[in-house]
Amino acid sequence: MSQELSIEELEKRFQEKIDAEIKIEPNDWMPDDYRKTLIRQISQHAHSEIVGMLPEGNWITRAPSLRRKAVLLAKVQDEAGHGLYLYSAAETLGADREETIDDLHSGKAKYSSIFNYPTLSWADMGTIGWLVDGAAIMNQVPLCRCSYGPYARAMVRVCKEESFHQRQGFEIVTKLAQGTPEQKEMAQDSLNRWWWPSLMMFGPSDADSQHTAQSMKWKIKRNTNDDLRQQFVDITVPQAELIGLTIPDPDLKWNEERQSYDFGEINWDEFNQVIRGNGPCNKKRIEDRRNAKENGKWVREAALAHAEKRKMKKAV
Amino acid sequence: MSQAEWPLFEVFIRSKNGLNHKHVGSLRAADEEMAIQNARDVYTRRSEGVSIWVVQSSLITASDPQDADALFEPADSKIYRHPTFYDVPDGISHM
Ligand SMILES: [Fe+2]
Ligand SMILES: [Fe+2]
Repeated sequence: MSQELSIEELEKRFQEKIDAEIKIEPNDWMPDDYRKTLIRQISQHAHSEIVGMLPEGNWITRAPSLRRKAVLLAKVQDEAGHGLYLYSAAETLGADREETIDDLHSGKAKYSSIFNYPTLSWADMGTIGWLVDGAAIMNQVPLCRCSYGPYARAMVRVCKEESFHQRQGFEIVTKLAQGTPEQKEMAQDSLNRWWWPSLMMFGPSDADSQHTAQSMKWKIKRNTNDDLRQQFVDITVPQAELIGLTIPDPDLKWNEERQSYDFGEINWDEFNQVIRGNGPCNKKRIEDRRNAKENGKWVREAALAHAEKRKMKKAV
Repeated sequence: MSQAEWPLFEVFIRSKNGLNHKHVGSLRAADEEMAIQNARDVYTRRSEGVSIWVVQSSLITASDPQDADALFEPADSKIYRHPTFYDVPDGISHM
C-alpha cells in the first residue's frame, strides 16, 4: 500500500508539512534528529517544572498568611502538573519515563539554571512569580505553536495556568515595595539577586546557541533566545519602575532608535558554571529529587501490588 | 526497574453535560481508580470537567498514519455528499 520512500523523500515531505504549518503527531514519520531534539527539550522542560517546585516549596510552611499559603500551594501544585504534561509529551516520542527521570538524577539531563539559586526571603516568592514565571511565559507562549502536536497542546494548558503565577508573584512584590522601608528593602534585595539569573533563563546568546537554527527550521522554536530576552526586558523594566524598584543594571537605558532597552553584559561565566553543576544549590536540588524518588519507592510498589491483588480478586 | 512502572492511561474529559468527552492527555497510575483520582488532580484543577474517562493506552488501537491516504482519500472525491454540491433554483427557501 505505502510504497517505500527514500529518507530524502521522507525528509522533504516532512519539511513541507512543517512549512505548511501542519502539526506532527506521535505516529507520523519524523527525522531521528527531530525526535531527539524534542525529547531533549521536552524532558529538560519537564525537569525544570519539577525541580522548580523546590525553591518555592521552601517557603510554603512559612507563608505570612493563610491566603498566601493557599496561593503558593496552588502554584506549586500547578508546576507538578506542568511537569506531568511534559513527561507525557516526551513519552509520546518513545522516551521512557523512568529513564528520563533517572537522567535528571544522574546529572546527565539539564534543567533551567534559575532553580539552582536559593530562596533567602519571602520576597523571593514574589520575585520568582514575577520574573521567573514571567520569563517562562515569554518562552512558552511561542511554544504553543510548536510543530509537534502533543508539546504544543501541553503548552496551551501550561500557558493558561502561568498567568496566575506571575500575577500572584507581582502582587507579593508590589505589597512589599509599598510597605515599610524594611519590606521595600527586602523586595529590592530580592530583585537584585534574581534579575540577572532571570535574563539567563533565555539561554545562551544566539551567536553561541548550537540548536537555534535547526530548531527554528523545524518550528520547534519560533524566536531566538536574544529576541525573547529583549522582549522580557522591555516588558519588565516599566513594571519595576511603576512599583518603585530599581533594576540592578547601571547600563540599562532606553534606546530611542531601537524603541527598546539597551542592557548590560550578562555574566556568561556564571551561567556556564551553574549549568555545569556549580551553582549555589545544584547538589541540593538533585539530592532532594533523588530522595523523593527513593523514599517514595515503597509507596509506588505497594500501590502496584494492591492493584494486582484487586485484579486477581475480580477475576475469580 | 521498568517492572515497577505504573501503566499509562489516556484521559478524556467531558467539560460540561451536552458535550463529548475529549482527549486531554495521559498519565501513569497503578490502576483505573487511581487514574481517575490523578486525572482529577492533573486535568481538572480549574473546573475543566464534570466527567472523566480513563483507558489504558495499550488497549487503544490506532490507524496508521501511513494508511491515511487509503483510508481517507476516497471521501475527498465524493463531493456529492455535501449539500453545496447541488444547485437550488432561486426563490426556493427552507432547503
Ligand atoms: Fe510551570
Ligand atoms: Fe509557573
